[in-house]
Amino acid sequence: MSEKKFSKQHEWISTDGEVATIGITKHAAEMLGDIVFIELPEKGKKIEKESQAGVVESTKAASDIYSPIAGEIVETNQSIVDDPAAVNKDPEGNAWFFKIKIKNMSDLDELMNKADYEKFAKENIK
Amino acid sequence: MQTQKTALYEFNKNLGAKFVPFAGYEMPVQYSTGIVEEHKLTRNKAGLFDVSHMGQLSIEGNHNLELALENIIPIDLKSIKLNQSKYSFLTNEKGGIYDDLIVTKVAKGFNIILNAACKNNDFAIIKKALGDKFKLTLHNNLSLIALQGPKSPEILEKIVNKVSALRFMNGNNFFYNNKNIYITRSGYTGEDGFEISLPNNLAEDIAKKLLFGGAKPIGLGARDTLRLEAGLCLYGHDINETTSPVEANLKWTISKRRREEGGFPGYEKIKSDMNGGLSRLRVGIKPEEKVIAREGTKIFSEDNEEIGSITSGTFGPSVNSSIAMGYIKYNFSEVGTKILLEVRGRKYDAKVSELPFYKKNYVR
Repeated sequence: MSEKKFSKQHEWISTDGEVATIGITKHAAEMLGDIVFIELPEKGKKIEKESQAGVVESTKAASDIYSPIAGEIVETNQSIVDDPAAVNKDPEGNAWFFKIKIKNMSDLDELMNKADYEKFAKENIK
Repeated sequence: MQTQKTALYEFNKNLGAKFVPFAGYEMPVQYSTGIVEEHKLTRNKAGLFDVSHMGQLSIEGNHNLELALENIIPIDLKSIKLNQSKYSFLTNEKGGIYDDLIVTKVAKGFNIILNAACKNNDFAIIKKALGDKFKLTLHNNLSLIALQGPKSPEILEKIVNKVSALRFMNGNNFFYNNKNIYITRSGYTGEDGFEISLPNNLAEDIAKKLLFGGAKPIGLGARDTLRLEAGLCLYGHDINETTSPVEANLKWTISKRRREEGGFPGYEKIKSDMNGGLSRLRVGIKPEEKVIAREGTKIFSEDNEEIGSITSGTFGPSVNSSIAMGYIKYNFSEVGTKILLEVRGRKYDAKVSELPFYKKNYVR
């Protein structure tokens, strides 16, 4: 697996060949508060870059989850649908959201590295 | 307008509170444990809530004051006993609700607890109706602390002698640090508990003792999930100036005498609502799928007719499911009726449900 990259919508992405794993960042999970329901995309669904790929409901609000890159959904993490609180506990580890077959490798170039994301999150999250 | 701070602001900050502006105040929405954990702590042990933003109004007067208040509030003050509390409303001419309030009869007159966002308007309405005959005071020097949950009597009794003898919706004067404070057995969580009114300069002292005794600080986030599980209305959402108490399913608050005699603003509408004119009703709603129906969600019948909308919706940690309340056309309001909720463009199955979602026995 590659080093994680990060989007401005607070998703992380790590790649393994032509498949990327996507989840939400620790900052995002903290911001959302207690997560109670999760809606994931259908396997096989083709997704555009930065388009909606799921929904997270917390006690506070519903938030859309975006895919930072274009591609086709090849796997979803059913365990977080059954236990949404897992996303609060381990957002950047076991509680990933979905895997996507990358359409354009160049989509990855626009994403931030960890240090840049940390700086971005600090400025954009109170 | 600059946001105000309660006397417990620094205390809350030091406890790790995350603040949000609410009704002109910087209020703790949650502490470090998070809403779900705070909710469960209140249900299982005891939670401490700073609700000092709420209005604490006292009105001094005797029998004439009772009559004057009955002219603006559909409450029965003929049957209220000393130190008893009753839930009622300030109604408007159209039968809508300016505010919901708790009225307690005390030795000098009445204490009334008002919603923070409404308190200044309420004061103006009450002052206008009562004129200069009675002394009205909206106390800025008083804090209000709620202690809620099954361990509350045990914790508070250690600090305030004999407080556990209070019965639900009753209050009394107590001594604390040689100062007189007023405590009622009441709350907004569906749990046994107390609301403690005391001078600002004693608030931190008693809050510290309550935490030391085992209570945990709870924010407005969990207060909202707790009250919704208990089926209690939030002013400005579940009730407002366009909803009558009857539509809000709260006609139990209006006694037989007041229903028959009237004599309060909006009586015509309220009477008509009670005599077959009711077109909509506030009901409990349980989505049957993993979705939260938040305020504004449209409600449809099985035949796709729009029949109402959601006024409050969340995830109820103690009932472990999605819960909501909303107004629905009267002929769809029966418990068990199948309905659809439109969330993010999709329709989800739901049912009209009994209220409250979560039930506890109060100490009567």
